[in-house]
Amino acid sequence: MGKTMIEKIIEYNTKIPVKADDIVTVQVDRVMIHDIFIPFVAEKFEEMGFTNIWDTNKVVLIYDHLVPASVTDDIRHLKIGDAFATKYDLTNVHRSDGICHQLMTEAGYVKPGHVVFGTDSHTTTYGSIGAFSSGIGYTEMASILGTGTMWMKVPKTIKITINGTLPKNVSSKDVILRIIGDLGADGATYQALEFHGDTITNMSIASRMTIANMAVEAGAKCALFAPDEKTATYCNIVLNEQQKNLFGDEDAIYCKEMIYNAESFVPVMACPSQVDQIKPVKELIDIPIDQVFIGSCTNGRLEDLEAAATVLKDKTVSPYIKLIITPASRKVYEDAVKNGTMEILAKAGAIITHPGCGLCCGRTGGILSDGERVVATNNRNFLGRMGTSKVEIYLASPTVAATCAITGKITFPES
Amino acid sequence: MNEKPSTIWVLGDDIDTDIIIPTQYLALPTIEAMKPYAFSPLREDLASNVQEGDVLVAGKNFGCGSSREQAPEIIKALGIKAVIAKSFARIFFRNAINNGLLLIEHSDLHDVVKEGDSLTIERNQSISYNGMDYPITPLPNNLLEIIEEGGLVNAMRKRNGRKPLT
Repeated sequence: MGKTMIEKIIEYNTKIPVKADDIVTVQVDRVMIHDIFIPFVAEKFEEMGFTNIWDTNKVVLIYDHLVPASVTDDIRHLKIGDAFATKYDLTNVHRSDGICHQLMTEAGYVKPGHVVFGTDSHTTTYGSIGAFSSGIGYTEMASILGTGTMWMKVPKTIKITINGTLPKNVSSKDVILRIIGDLGADGATYQALEFHGDTITNMSIASRMTIANMAVEAGAKCALFAPDEKTATYCNIVLNEQQKNLFGDEDAIYCKEMIYNAESFVPVMACPSQVDQIKPVKELIDIPIDQVFIGSCTNGRLEDLEAAATVLKDKTVSPYIKLIITPASRKVYEDAVKNGTMEILAKAGAIITHPGCGLCCGRTGGILSDGERVVATNNRNFLGRMGTSKVEIYLASPTVAATCAITGKITFPES
Repeated sequence: MNEKPSTIWVLGDDIDTDIIIPTQYLALPTIEAMKPYAFSPLREDLASNVQEGDVLVAGKNFGCGSSREQAPEIIKALGIKAVIAKSFARIFFRNAINNGLLLIEHSDLHDVVKEGDSLTIERNQSISYNGMDYPITPLPNNLLEIIEEGGLVNAMRKRNGRKPLT
């Protein structure tokens, strides 16, 4: 009997045969803790009676939600993080390098086949390079810091196959939004998504990251992409035999299969205030907006900024629109400066902010007020996420978002 | 068992963690300080009016969204005895168990209850409401063990030879 990709990853990790629904204890390869939860992890770790971290090299602290501080309370989190790192000899600390989910793969902490947990729901992102990664709370994180292990149920898998060429101005964001719409916000709860097909093979790692990032919006525990040559190049490794074998077998058991033709995808938006309220952009034309946000761990990578620049080249942002662009990391920022992307965006009238979570978590950098509408490339349009509870958030791709910034209303991207 | 009746608060489907506690308040120093903002984007009246021992009855996918553990902690801190929902999001489910917040999955109850009515939970057996008994599925053993130790912190304290925190 064949195996799904998650079954193979867990088997390699536990060295025992497993199948979906088995409850197993895994050896954790890496953990990520971000600034919002560091104080709570530190407190729980000591409450639990631990005095040592199981493997300091496997722990990564990332300050991204609270840097630079937007209220003075934020600083307390960073100080507690620094004190915790000093006390327990943690050296993998990123104090202003960008968003956790960008850095974990970009800085090489996660490799194909790894088992990774993070104190953030979008930890699913690293499935893009063939790792099992999922979000947990701070109490469980504290227990991993002490033990290096975690219990989990091997999830059932939904197989999603996409073949063909995506139409012009359709990106992986449109793909995952439609899939979330089809599955519903709880359609993959406790389950893994596994992606197949030549559309996926031809997709960049950055585009796969967008899909894996948002899988949690359908409730998924993880979203997996078989490692290939693109993965190896991105991770700067040669795939070993185990990593080469990390794909779902033809005769594996799936709980559901979904098959798409790439040609059938169109630019879409998730409408307020649920991520599974998906509508084609063509049905939303001319809705006036106040702001556009391009950034986040979903769509703040170089290819996303380049997509925005393609739309905005020699154009000007509509006079009443604030176009906020937030690179996902310092490296993305530098690369976008070097290749001229930032110049195009700046000339068009964008407000370019420091790398980090920024507006996505509604703390800083362009929060909105009652009655305002924003088109945003991040992953959540929940009530109150980017300002007051009377803000309407439309989620879209960078291409669609940049197009709307020029017109000041929801607009279909023409070539 | 003679359990006390609990007053019901009814919420809808997909109650997300940004509704339970918005990100803006997550850097407040304590759960106590965050408490007044619980559910504020959706129900400003809830945090100030909820009574010790009340229950939330919700639709599907309760707790979807972020991994913030303040979500179950704040519900517990408000004195809410249990959340009964058609289904729970995965991370919220783990976080609630680890903090000793009782969660009960029930497919039908949300469709029949009215806000302000009361129900009685017979632990790990059934819920009685309006003269009817609704059976519930017991939790798996590994989760019950964590709850029996008083949450994951105390389970780890036991492992490390420490006395439980009360």
